[in-house]
Amino acid sequence: MGGACLSLLESGDHAMERILRDWKYVFFFVAPALILYSALLLVPIFWSMGYSLFDGFPISGFRFMGFGNYLRAWKDQDFLRSFWFSAKYALVVTPGQIGLGFLLSLLYFLVLKRASRLSVLIRTLVFFPVVLPTVAVAQMFVKLFEITPQYGLVNAILDVLGLDGWIRPFLGRGDTAFWVAASMNIWTAMGFYAVLLYSGLLDIPQELIESARLDGASGWNLVRLIITPLLRPLFITSTIFSLNGTLKVFDQILALTGGGPGKSTTPLTLYMYRTAFHYNQYGYGSTIAVILTIECLLVTGILSFFRQKTE
Amino acid sequence: MRSMRTYTCKLKRETTKGGLVMTQKVLKLAGLCFLFVFLGALTFSALAREITIHYLTVQQENEGWPKIIKALTEEYAAQNPNIKWKYEYVPQLDLMQRVQLLAAADSLPLLFNYESGAPLFELIKANKVLELESTFKNLGIYEELNPGIVGVLKRLVNDTGLYALPLEMNIEGFWYNKKLFANHGLSEPQTWDELAEIAEKLHQAGIQPFAVSGIQKWPITRLINGYVIRKYGTDVMSRVIKGELKVNDAGFVEAARWIYEWGHKDYFGPGVNTLDYGPAQDLFLQGKAAIYYMGSWALRDFNNPEINKIGIENIGFFNVPLVPGGVGTLEEWNVNAGLTTSIAHAKFAENPEAIGNWMKYVFSHYGDRAMKELGLITGFRVKEMPEEVPVLTKMVLEKLATVKGGAFWFEALFDARTTSVAWDNAQLLAIGTMTPEEYLGELQKAIDEQKAK
Repeated sequence: MGGACLSLLESGDHAMERILRDWKYVFFFVAPALILYSALLLVPIFWSMGYSLFDGFPISGFRFMGFGNYLRAWKDQDFLRSFWFSAKYALVVTPGQIGLGFLLSLLYFLVLKRASRLSVLIRTLVFFPVVLPTVAVAQMFVKLFEITPQYGLVNAILDVLGLDGWIRPFLGRGDTAFWVAASMNIWTAMGFYAVLLYSGLLDIPQELIESARLDGASGWNLVRLIITPLLRPLFITSTIFSLNGTLKVFDQILALTGGGPGKSTTPLTLYMYRTAFHYNQYGYGSTIAVILTIECLLVTGILSFFRQKTE
Repeated sequence: MRSMRTYTCKLKRETTKGGLVMTQKVLKLAGLCFLFVFLGALTFSALAREITIHYLTVQQENEGWPKIIKALTEEYAAQNPNIKWKYEYVPQLDLMQRVQLLAAADSLPLLFNYESGAPLFELIKANKVLELESTFKNLGIYEELNPGIVGVLKRLVNDTGLYALPLEMNIEGFWYNKKLFANHGLSEPQTWDELAEIAEKLHQAGIQPFAVSGIQKWPITRLINGYVIRKYGTDVMSRVIKGELKVNDAGFVEAARWIYEWGHKDYFGPGVNTLDYGPAQDLFLQGKAAIYYMGSWALRDFNNPEINKIGIENIGFFNVPLVPGGVGTLEEWNVNAGLTTSIAHAKFAENPEAIGNWMKYVFSHYGDRAMKELGLITGFRVKEMPEEVPVLTKMVLEKLATVKGGAFWFEALFDARTTSVAWDNAQLLAIGTMTPEEYLGELQKAIDEQKAK
């Protein structure tokens, strides 16, 4: 009976293999998803690439530019300013999100007991901002850092503490607005990375931790020598997620500062949107989109290369 | 044999009967077909005659221009059932893109909002918009329009014609808190230096001199504009676009320096760039700031006692003061028609007679109805002034009657990118992180790029 089952299974495997070798069957299974993917993602990307070689807008018509828009980008002060802002923002926010996420995951794993109610409550609270609407979070931060018509929480605390020199329009000046925007993004996303890294920590065999402890590793050494190397693939995955998210940040900044004051908090995405849809320069806007795509692909490629090396 | 005859007779009878039935059926079918064709033709002709007054607008249907146009259209439709009303809302942020896409697809609705100036000029060049001066003259209703605002609207599109309806008409200037002025022994300034002295006195007394919304950005550039129209005259920005004048000339630098210094001295309050339109207006209407540069559209809120806490009687109004060495006069005002409404050329051409008749009815009554129902000052003649007009509205109407020359707003002739440079950098100028020379240098660069297109 068992032998018959085995042979049936084997014959089933062979049949499946035969089916998967036949391109017609493969096409039949893959085609719906492929068509949908192409229509929703690939067509707009290639369309955008096409637009990036043109100048103009629907009413006046389009004019072929070749690579003129790409050359223009490198001379455009606003583009360079936005490019630098996006890079600086990603370099601050990504370590913040993953660093704080990692610390929180260690808190869940080492300090709080896995199934305790406190642990569940804390994890839920920390994760909560991830599910909040971006505009609501941004409005909350606007109110927190308000100065006029009345002080927000931060300025009110500074006022109570007698730190009058520190009271300022945090969102009304470029330098401080940058840090408010970065803090908001870190606060919103750290819960997500905490859960992601915590799931990695749960996969580490308990015996390994115990034996390391018996060998005298504890606290910082345990984290540095045992936990961090074991989580390296997950760190790289998190970095890919985070960098792609921060390089493409849009709605949070739009709702918090609108890219201002001036253009001091305008990321590349917002500049692209304004160029295409406010200035009606569809071609140049598409060029910025293509450059942003290449930037994200490069970052992802480099990090994937490191991940493969690690594995 | 007999049976055979009987059968033949029966067959004949039945054949005759069957033929009759058949004929009746064919007739019935033909009748039915005729009825269908007749009804279809009737429906088709009714549909063909039906004219939809489709308005794509940024205002809600129960407020402002759509409210009045809808009410007048419904009145007209009571006598002309082929006229149908269709309202469509579009957020102001999406308006430009939406109209451009509709224009490119030749699907513009009959009425649509669009910005007068450089954006509308693009549509005019593409022959998408109806010229209204000749249309109104042909309809015999040209006298309904205020010639002053018609002149401004024509100049905004390089004097190519009138392509926008002045469904509202605004005058801009400095509104001030009379009580605060009186408490500190201040009176309406005649010169810019006097205005600066008043601001300093108020600041010393712990009162915020100006309420300015930095988030909106344009309230900052309006102050620069005020100075330069007094310095160079009301056609200053036309001359800039023509290349006869550069924005980094001395007069512009003086204007920008005032804003830079006032920002440094905190005359605009501590968080000017975090203040939106409503909160900035609240500062003035709650007596926390003494002076507020704004257009007369703000009368809607000034006349509302729930918003206006200082009282109508405590609000005064003065024009932009004179500047040293300037050619401008106090009879010249910054006037505009707000966000204007245009008529699609293609839609009008589909049925010029019927739409013309509708226009004749609606725009002959628009001025009266807008004033009566909303207290709205428009670019249309008011034939019957309502008995009870709010005191501030009355004052503005009196000022408008004395206007000798109208100026544009600062960005009226700029394209979207140049406008963005003027606005975004104005925020930095107002907090002193950009110098007047840097501000105007970048602006001139953007203007040069606009002209080079």
